[in-house]
Amino acid sequence: MEERDLRALIEDVRSGALPRRSFIQQMVGLGLTAPMASMMLMHAGVAQAQAKSSYKATKRGGGGPLRTLFWQGATLLQPHFANGTKDQEGSRIFYEPLAVWDNDGNLVPILAADIPSTQNGGLLEGGKVVRWRLKKGVTWHDGKPFTADDVVFTWEYARDPATAAVTIAVYKDITVTKVDDYTVLVSFKQPTPFWATAFVAAEGMIIPKHLFGPYTGAKSRDAPTNLKPVGTGPYMFVDFKPGDLVAGKLNPNYHMSNRPFFDTIEMKGGGDATSAARAVLQTGEYDYAWNLQVEDEVLLRMEKGGKGRAHIVDGGDIEFIQLNTTDPWNEVDGERASAKSKHFAFTEPAVRQAMAMLCDKKSIQEYIYGRTGKATANFMNNPARFRSPNTRWEFNVDRANQLLDAAGWKKGSDGIREKNGKKMKFVYQTSINGTRQKEQQIVKQAAQKAGIDLELKQVTASVFFSSDVANPDTYGKFWADMQMYTTTMTAPDAERFMDQYISAEASQKANKWAGRNICRYMNPEYDKLAAAAKQELDPVKRAAMYIKMNDMVVNENIVVPLISRPRVRGANLKLTTTLSGWDLDFSQLQDWYRGEA
Amino acid sequence: MGTYLLRRLLIAVPSLLGISIVLFTVLALAPGDPFGEMIQNPNVPPEVVQNLRKQFGLDDPIWLRYFHWLAAMLKGEWGFSFISRIDVDRLIVQRLPVTLAVIGLSQVLALLIALPVGIYSAARPYSWFDRIASTLAFVGFSLPTFFTGLLLILLFSIKLDWLPFVYRADLSATGWQWWWEEIKQSIMPIAVLGLFQGASWTRYVRSATLDVIRLDFVTTARSKGLKERAVILKHVVRNAMIPVVTLVALTMPQVFGGAVVTEQIFRVPGIGSLLIDAIQRNDTPVIMAVTFVFACLVIAFNLIADLMYGWLDPRISYR
Repeated sequence: MEERDLRALIEDVRSGALPRRSFIQQMVGLGLTAPMASMMLMHAGVAQAQAKSSYKATKRGGGGPLRTLFWQGATLLQPHFANGTKDQEGSRIFYEPLAVWDNDGNLVPILAADIPSTQNGGLLEGGKVVRWRLKKGVTWHDGKPFTADDVVFTWEYARDPATAAVTIAVYKDITVTKVDDYTVLVSFKQPTPFWATAFVAAEGMIIPKHLFGPYTGAKSRDAPTNLKPVGTGPYMFVDFKPGDLVAGKLNPNYHMSNRPFFDTIEMKGGGDATSAARAVLQTGEYDYAWNLQVEDEVLLRMEKGGKGRAHIVDGGDIEFIQLNTTDPWNEVDGERASAKSKHFAFTEPAVRQAMAMLCDKKSIQEYIYGRTGKATANFMNNPARFRSPNTRWEFNVDRANQLLDAAGWKKGSDGIREKNGKKMKFVYQTSINGTRQKEQQIVKQAAQKAGIDLELKQVTASVFFSSDVANPDTYGKFWADMQMYTTTMTAPDAERFMDQYISAEASQKANKWAGRNICRYMNPEYDKLAAAAKQELDPVKRAAMYIKMNDMVVNENIVVPLISRPRVRGANLKLTTTLSGWDLDFSQLQDWYRGEA
Repeated sequence: MGTYLLRRLLIAVPSLLGISIVLFTVLALAPGDPFGEMIQNPNVPPEVVQNLRKQFGLDDPIWLRYFHWLAAMLKGEWGFSFISRIDVDRLIVQRLPVTLAVIGLSQVLALLIALPVGIYSAARPYSWFDRIASTLAFVGFSLPTFFTGLLLILLFSIKLDWLPFVYRADLSATGWQWWWEEIKQSIMPIAVLGLFQGASWTRYVRSATLDVIRLDFVTTARSKGLKERAVILKHVVRNAMIPVVTLVALTMPQVFGGAVVTEQIFRVPGIGSLLIDAIQRNDTPVIMAVTFVFACLVIAFNLIADLMYGWLDPRISYR
């Protein structure tokens, strides 16, 4: 899809010929995220739809307890120190950002009075300066007023390297200035197309200056508020036991009327996903469970109990296979899988294409994932209704056989193909996980029919996903011929996600294998596009570039995308939640209520 | 006895030191990184991770880290968790009451089952009671706790809907209501653990009692005309309990270690699940503190068991 096609679509939305939602879904189909699509429309001046709230309760409180199960319990309640989404969710109960992303990619104001746009003068100097207007009359849980000072302080706190905040990347290159008590200006060094990063969503929670003020820099870990959060959120802090329990109670001075519905909230941790699903779907002991990585047939059986059901929300996570074009078995310059080495088979495009054709995504989806996964051709996600015209996948063992024959790989006496004396025996590694082992079996069976012998290797998850320099089995080292895992889209913008393929990010000994380009894909054309996209102010041109980058990586079969993994949650039938695939589960916690089924 | 005690205590110190060195070295050499999740996160720049590692002294050589840890331990500071950013002793104290309640009660339950059943089986060996009890005991300690736990959940929580299966440490009720709810939620984990432990202890009590029952002095007591009940309870049990008491004393440290599998299944927030969580996240200070305390308890209870053995059995003397 070229840039002018994208512009034509935007005009259609503006004139009303194409519904906004269809445009967003089509962009998601091409591999972009809903927030990116929404920003494209905003930049073109197409006003955002008024976020319609589904909240129906008419008074604050009276809803009883809200019991949630997060089988990975929160271990910290400070959003800028969070180790992963579980800690961000725990913090989100108490703290709030200026705005959050809803499922359609719209920005919903929480602590902001409105969303900055070109119409209301919020976006200045072509995207270099953003003016946020803050809500008036908001108070912290201890009664002090929320003002622009807190926003500026959050910026200073997060960007200080001595604080070692995990959100530093968002805040270190911007400048935040206070205009008056309820207005702040966020200035970027250059005009930034995707400006909604600072103070938005999981990384944007605002912390109170009057409590964190004396604890900045190296003293940040001593702040007592780290363990007893004081925020502006719908619930106030009651108790916290790391890894086990977060408890909150209704905030009587919450800044949105008639909210929250529930009197208390409990976030219980521990155990595993299956028993969490059981507690919500079968026994109804809990109202909500997060991240149910459970096979679909188990979920379906549990739903028959009639107490709850699974909610499946599209996101950007993708399960995929990487093919190693470097040689992991021999050392070059003292390094295995050096970027200078060549793989004996996967450097040939025909072999990679054949391997891609041997991945039976349809079976994997049908028999393993069910509703919880969708076969995809794109590295960036892809809902079934809108398939990208540029990439397609097929599962075809015969064609794979033909391709390999044509490339000179002949079947030997044992049925394994070989060329120049080298047999097609590959090591295919992944983490230990029941679902993944089944996927491996499916691929191995198909490969066998094509004369490829796959040796399946499994590494325990905490080692596979670690960055230990001394361990040969980490995914960052990629010392195998093929590996498989899920990469998560942690930000609503595609830039960081697609950075995974630039040459400078190649994972090697020099950077302790911390580089994100694990395939060590080196393509100067890709690098050029990536550099250009970073600078591109026009979100439509930028989107077209990202689509091209996605197509490059997929069509060359460097990676074989398998399944787009939406997020699976379990909720009681009577509970109405607001789930977003682009932000935290609790991003609009104030709007949750319990009604009739 | 006094010199024996002193000698044992003196030996305990180098044992503990040796244990702590081995623990620390194994943890340091083990794969995994406490900041692994953060390193994977593309939004966290590497400088932040380097900073954190420096803050926590992770880049120092192993022996330096060990001495820091030892010095802190001797001062009474048990360390600072990398993952939760909270003092380790607070973490442990938070979980201690639940661990003592659930695991402790399960040991008591195990005793309450093992003693009467074992003694009665030994008093009437090869009778129907004995045969059934022995079979059940075998079944009991052959079935793993995760299996019996799941069975109980399926029966009592799902089919009958009598009992909740997720343990909540923060029940909001008060008074009698609180006790009722606490009993309802604890009964399954306590039963799973208690029955498992009780099964193996039953066999032990039975064989210990059998050993004593066939001795001459028991025949003498019977021939003196004492009632069977008095013979068993006053004479046999007292002597048979000597090895049993030492066995129970040796399993006491387990109460502190918790029961990892049961805690996972029922989500009991005990020290066992804290330990497993810390291991999976490579949270070294927590692992060191918990395992070190565990080692101290084992050594202490070993000493207590030895002393009790000497006190209960007059035939033993210490030099």
